[in-house]
Parts: sequence; C-alpha cells; structure tokens
Amino acid sequence: MAENMNIKLKVWRQAGPHTQGRFETYSVPDANPHMSFLELLDVLNEQLIKSGTDPVEFDHDCREGICGSCGVVVDGVAHGPQRRTACCQLHMRHYQDGDTIVVEPWRAEAFPIIKDLVVDRSAFDRIIAAGGYVSINAGSAQDANNLPIAKDKADLAMDYAACIGCGACVAACPNASASLFTAAKISHLAMLPQGSPERKKRVTAMVDQMAEEGFGDCSNHAECEAVCPKGISISSIATMRREYMKAMLS
Amino acid sequence: MTTVLDSKIPEGPLNEKWGNYKNGIKLVNPANKRKHTILVVGTGLAGGSAASTLAELGYKVKSFCIQDSPRRAHSIAAQGGINAAKNYPNDGDTVWRLFYDTVKGGDYRSREANVHRLAEVSNEIIDQCVAQGVPFAREYGGLLDNRSFGGAQVSRTFYARGQTGQQLLLGAYQSMSRQIGLGNIEMFARQEMLDLVVVDGKARGIITRNLVTGEIESHSGDAVLLCTGGYGNVYYLSTNAKNSNVTAAWRCHKKGAAFANPCFTQIHPTCIPVSGDYQSKLTLMSESLRNDGRVWVPKKQGDNRRPRDIPEDERDYYLERRYPSFGNLVPRDVASRNAKYACDEGKGVGETKLAVFLDFAEAINRLGKPAIEARYGNLFEMYERITGENPYETPMRIYPAVHYTMGGLWVDYELQSNIPGLFVLGEANFSDHGANRLGASALMQGLADGYFVIPYTLGNYIANNELPHVAETDEAFAKAASDSSGRLEKLLSIQGTKTVTEYHRELGRLVWDYVGMSRTAEGLKKAIVEITALREDFWKNVLVPGENSTMNKNLEFAGRVADFLELGELMARDALEREESCGGHFREEYQSEDGEASRNDDLFTYVAAWFHTENGHQLVKEPLTYENVKLTTRSYK
Ligand SMILES: Cc1cc2nc3c(=O)[nH]c(=O)nc-3n(C[C@H](O)[C@H](O)[C@H](O)COP(=O)(O)OP(=O)(O)OC[C@H]3O[C@@H](n4cnc5c(N)ncnc54)[C@H](O)[C@@H]3O)c2cc1C
Ligand code: FES
Repeated sequence: MAENMNIKLKVWRQAGPHTQGRFETYSVPDANPHMSFLELLDVLNEQLIKSGTDPVEFDHDCREGICGSCGVVVDGVAHGPQRRTACCQLHMRHYQDGDTIVVEPWRAEAFPIIKDLVVDRSAFDRIIAAGGYVSINAGSAQDANNLPIAKDKADLAMDYAACIGCGACVAACPNASASLFTAAKISHLAMLPQGSPERKKRVTAMVDQMAEEGFGDCSNHAECEAVCPKGISISSIATMRREYMKAMLS
Repeated sequence: MTTVLDSKIPEGPLNEKWGNYKNGIKLVNPANKRKHTILVVGTGLAGGSAASTLAELGYKVKSFCIQDSPRRAHSIAAQGGINAAKNYPNDGDTVWRLFYDTVKGGDYRSREANVHRLAEVSNEIIDQCVAQGVPFAREYGGLLDNRSFGGAQVSRTFYARGQTGQQLLLGAYQSMSRQIGLGNIEMFARQEMLDLVVVDGKARGIITRNLVTGEIESHSGDAVLLCTGGYGNVYYLSTNAKNSNVTAAWRCHKKGAAFANPCFTQIHPTCIPVSGDYQSKLTLMSESLRNDGRVWVPKKQGDNRRPRDIPEDERDYYLERRYPSFGNLVPRDVASRNAKYACDEGKGVGETKLAVFLDFAEAINRLGKPAIEARYGNLFEMYERITGENPYETPMRIYPAVHYTMGGLWVDYELQSNIPGLFVLGEANFSDHGANRLGASALMQGLADGYFVIPYTLGNYIANNELPHVAETDEAFAKAASDSSGRLEKLLSIQGTKTVTEYHRELGRLVWDYVGMSRTAEGLKKAIVEITALREDFWKNVLVPGENSTMNKNLEFAGRVADFLELGELMARDALEREESCGGHFREEYQSEDGEASRNDDLFTYVAAWFHTENGHQLVKEPLTYENVKLTTRSYK
C-alpha cells in the first residue's frame, strides 16, 4: 500500500453569501497518493466533524468529471494543475508529502458564493433557456437516418457538446466572461442542420442573456481553454462571433 | 390497504396492446391542460423528458432536483449507449427481438406487456434525440453508427462517444430549458423532496427542503411524477453519483406505495477496483469495452508476474471458454459472477487480488491503436487518470461494482403506483428489467417513460379523476411539513460520536457482503439482524454537524442514510423470501452443477411488492404471466 502523506490545506471559508470570508489552514496527516482531491476534502471533513467544526461545503456528484458539479480553484488554477481534468478526477499522486494546497471557490460576480466553496451558477441555466436548444416537441421527429450528417461535422459538434457546464472558464477568465460556455452550445448546434432554422435567434438571445447576467466580455486571453476539463476549443468563440455578425447583418 | 395489485395490462395480442391502450384512453382538452399542475421530481432522463413533454402539451409543470442545475442529474454519467430496434445495420433486429432479448436478459421476471411497449417506442426515441441535435456517432456516409452490448447478438446500440448519457440528458435539459424560458416549467433546483402529501387517497403534493436556506416548502399539484433514480448507493460504494438516493421513493413507500423487488440489484462487471478505505465511489468502465477487450486471469493462483509476461497458454479467458457463443459479451450478472469466482479461486490480480484483466492487446493488433482510441479514447484516459496506468500498454484491472437497481416502486402499465396520482418513471420504478438489466436499456427506458408513455397515461388519469384544488395550507401539508422538520431537528440533536459516512460505509459493507453478488439464507438473516442494530445505533449516536437553516450537505446525507438503513433491511428480507436464483439475485443454495443460476418458475414467477405497515413489511405478490415467451433456462453458451 502506498505511503501516507501529510498535506496542508488552506481553504476558503465563508458562512453565507453576505458574510466576510477568510482562509483557514488545516492539515490532513493521512492523505494517500491514490486518493482523489475530493476524497482528500472528504477526509478533511471527517476530521473537522469529529473535532466539532463545521465541514467545508463543496459541490460534487458524479466524481467522474462529467456532471460539472465540482469546481474549485486549486493553487490559483481552476480545477487544479492537471490539464483537461475536473478537480474530482485530480489525484493526489501529483502531490508530495508536506505540500500546501490553496483551495478557493470560483470568483465571478455572476457566480455569487453560497457557502464556502459552493457558488450559484444558475446564470448558465438562464443562458441556455434563452436559446440553447432546438425547438422540437416530442413525437414530431422524422426518422433519424433521413438526415445524414457528415461524420467530421458530427464529430466537431460532439467536441463542442462535451461541455459540462462547470464554470471553470468563467473562473479562469480575467474578465469573468462566459464566452466559452455560451459559444460551446452555439457551436454545437451551428454544426448541425437541426440547429439551422433558429441560429440567428439563438445566438442573439444567448449573447444578450450572457451580458445581462453580468459576465464580462471576451478579450482573447484563452485562459478558459487552458482550464477547460473537456478541452473545448476557443475556435467556438470565433464561431459564436461569426454567427452573431451574420445575425446582426441580416 | 390494497392487497391485490392490478397491473392494468390492456387487452389484445402483445403487439396491439399499446395501440389498444392509446385508442381507449380519455384525453384532456387542450385548454384544460394548463389548469393542471404536475409536480415532476427529478431531472434525469426520465424526469427531464417527462417535464419537457408535459409542458409542450400545455400542462403547468413544476420540476425539482437536488443538484444546482437540472443538467447534472446522474443520467449525465451514462457512458455506453442506448438501444433501439432500428435495424440500421440490417443484422436481423426487430421490435420483437429487442423485446425478447430484454425479457430473457431480465431472466423472466418482468412484465411482457411493459417490455414490449418499451421496444415499440425505442425507435422514436432515437428520432427525437437526433432532432434535438444529439450528436450520436456516425459513419462516413453520414448515417448513424451502432455498436453491440452484452446479451444481444445484433448491433442496436446508439452512442455518442463514451458520453451517451450526457448527450441524451443535455437534449432533454435543452428541451426543458426551452419550456422554462417559455414559462411553462417552473424549475426548483437545489431542492430535496422529503415527503409525499396524500389527500383523499390521492397524491396531491410534496414537501421539499430548500438546500440553500434549509426552508421547508409545500408544493401542491394534480399529480406527482417521481423520477428520482435508483438506490444503488445503499451499498455506499457504487458507480452512482454521490447524491443518488432512495429518499423520495422511500418516503412515498412509507406513505403507502408498494416497493417491488428491492433485492434485484445489478453488479456491473467492469469497474475500476477499490484502492483504499477513503474510497468514496467507484468508476465504471463502460460495457462497450467488452466489444474489443478480452477478460482473463492467470491460470495459476497467486501469479504475480506482469500481465505481458504471462504467456498465452497460461491465461484463462474464462468467459470465452465457458460461454463460446457470447464470449466476453455475456450479460452483466453472468460476467460479474464469473469474475468473483475467479478471484475466490485465488486467481485475482493487482495489489488487492480483487480484480481481473480486461485486455485490448489483441484488438490493438488487429485494428490499430487509432481505431481503439476513436472508440474508447475518453474511457482509456479516465482509466489512466484514476489508476496511473496506461491501458494501451497494459491490460485494465477491473472488478464488479454496484451499478443499477432493477427494483423500485411498484407501478402498473400506466406507470402509476398503487397510490393514485403518484407515477414513477425511470430507474425509480421496477418495471422493465426483471432480475437483470441489459446494457443500454436504462437510457431507453427513462426516455421511453418520459417522452412517449407518460403523456398518454397521465392524461388518462387527469381526464378520469375529479381533482379539486388542494391548498398548500391544507392540514395534510402542515402535518407532512412538520414531520419532515422534526426529523431534521432530531438528526441534528443527537450529537453522537459517529459520522454519517461511517454509518453509511458500515451499512454498505453489510449489504455488499450479504445482499451482493451472492446470497445465502444464513447471510441474509444475519444482515437483517445487523442492519437493524446499526439503524438503532444510528438514531442514538450519529453526529451531524451544523444547523438546519443553511446549506448543510451532511444533514442531507444523514437523512438519506437513515432511509438506506431501512431499505437495506427490506432488500435482505426480499432476497431471503426469494428462494431461487435469477438474474442479479444469486442464492448459493440454488445453482446448477456448473454454477449457473437456477430459477424456480413454479414458485417465484411473480413480482414481490412490499407494503409498509405498522407491524413491519407485508409481501403482496403480483403473478407474472408469460403468453408470448417460453420460459427457458437462460443460456449464453
Ligand atoms: C456510471 C453509469 C453509467 C451508465 N451507463 C449506462 C448506459 O450506457 N446505458 C444505459 O442504458 N444505462 C446506463 N446507466 C444507467 C442509467 O444511467 C440510469 O439508470 C438512468 O440514467 C437513470 O435515470 P433516471 O432519470 O431514472 O434518474 P437519475 O438520472 O438518477 O436522476 C435522478 C433525479 O432525481 C433527483 N432526485 C433524487 N432524489 C430527489 C429528491 N429527494 N428530491 C428532489 N430530487 C431528487 C436528482 O436530483 C436527479 O435530478 C449507467 C449508470 C451509471 C451509474
Ligand atoms: S463531480 Fe461531477 S464533474 Fe466533478
């Protein structure tokens, strides 16, 4: 069995949306290289509960990097040091005995803190509700193979559709822009004939909603792409801009 | 109390039943639909598809989920694919064959009529999802691609890389979002249903807790749709998401809804093995991997050589050896049990010896690495991230893990529980998979229930019932709300010494050991005693930190573990009562000479529906009749 490691955690604690937050330092003496980063937080929480302290609240669910629930800034990087990896899939084998890890919530005006590391990302849902769909009622579809789609197009659509909506792109962006998130959905649907009839309405409604939610503008820093656990390409943002221009010009 | 359960199977030959049903139902006038509020609990494939479809039809929908967004329901994690009888590959598939494979895969413990309907609507699901923009895998000609899954000899599984559940769920979520934008669905995220409100014998509302503020809320409606997923997390370690739970279903059960076949749980053969005590969940490696991966163990016990150093003739490809016609693609229960046997014989591999190899070397040689990467790239990446080993170079180590629960709330053909107005969809009901679910059929069932079944059956209920308005100030709401807050206060007040996780882990160990891959009467009796004792201890000694008036995930988990502690006991009782082996339920006392499951059709061809009474649980049997399929011993040889 692997050796135990002693890890120090500097964690952001904040009791509620309107209270002042602060860092607290804890040490976890029985960390282990096989555990995931969230399992390290679990172990910390068990320790805290036993000592009569409130555990650290953090969002998580699938722990497989697909649901988009988890998301914290680890040592200044959204989801931590491993590229293309949500923090639930980050493993402690990337750390060494004695390391200190700083853990903070996503910081963005449009993502208010609820408690500790938990933020409110409902703005993303409202962006999708503004137009991130194809208007089709159940039961009215034609046979699936009546609509051939070139494999490369379908694959590209899938690349964009892989977004898990975690919000790391916003957390990493110096402007706290939601462009990568919004563009991923616009690009997914723009690659496909099914998305075509509503493309103009979609891009304008979603971009407007993004601004209304208080997200910043994109100025091409590309920090979003660097932290995206699914590796969504910023080419999507170029597609979004093109779609937007087309919608404006017609 | 209901003691006879009427499954309400429509008249007529099997392939005409669904049509006959639809012809015979009463419809709700379109103008009246908006006067009806439907409460949909859960936003996975079942709840998401139901909420959007009902809103499209004009109902007023209120939708609830635990996560911060409906898009994060556990369905998002499904990897491998979804079945349909399209027969695009022209390899002989038909609606009948999909029906037959599913009934047989379920080891003849499901209802023929329900399963046939599922197979009938399967094709429409694919059409619907493609129209929504779900980017299914395609071939170079631009048409949809299929792969094979266990328990079938045709290729009928549609997939979107290794993220099929994600893409299907996002399709449903987007449809829901459209209805939210239009004002037809009111979304309540970060809300947990804690109780069902029954008025005049009908389900008329729910009690929820706002998970941000702790407030208890009452929601009244004309019907409640429970789409809250499966209870696999009773085992503590499972492939389910951490928030998956039985609470909503269990509270309905305690309000009178029958719980069917609780012991039918599925252990998935290919998961990443446990590595230590801190382990919080298990990760599935999709069944699709068995299309190209070969399962083997060393022939010699305790062989510690590296896998590549073990020569071909010293390996036992035991699935190919024992089941030549299905080989590595035998159904899950069979594959899991055989992995257990191999490890029990001391041939397990890896540090804990609780693992077998899943080897891609042959497929990589045959097809080339790029082909394998295109098929399974993201799964290989996930495996490497978790284990630190590269599966292109060394075989994966895998072991069975709890994955799915076939049991659930009892429903009739209309997906209605025995409480009128309470409908149960998706994994939360017991209906379509008998004693074992075939791969890629849960996604199919969730979406069938939500897109294509409930719009008809709910309408029939609404049209046929007087549903006078019930105010949220009604006494029944007040009582249920105060029961729910009382329970939370109680959990917080105990201030014992053991954490919720400690109890959950202990429960998980008991259920895994005694109600897991193989079961015995003796073990099950022991489980009942030990789970009861653990539950009593929990209510005396649990330590739940924090308070009720803020976000407090430990408090949420405490409530869920309390319910698991009751469910675990019922699972053991159900398993004890069923003196046969079928599907995922393997009783060691009932096996053939070569270790295969022995069913007892004369005595056990029934659904075990359990009622909660003051004096404990009472069993009611719904006999299963097979008019179209001949019951045979499942053989995958
Ligand atoms: C890792 C994994 C891979 C899988 N792969 C496949 C596959 O390839 N093919 C296949 O067919 N099947 C697969 N399955 C099975 C399949 O994913 C599930 O059976 C299916 O998605 C369940 O869908 P559901 O809608 O019934 O429930 P879920 O998706 O579990 O949704 C439950 C919903 O209920 C909500 N909820 C629960 N309790 C409450 C409460 N008390 N109050 C409010 N809301 C509540 C949750 O928030 C959530 O929104 C897989 C399962 C796992 C674990
Ligand atoms: S917990 Fe689901 S993505 Fe991390």
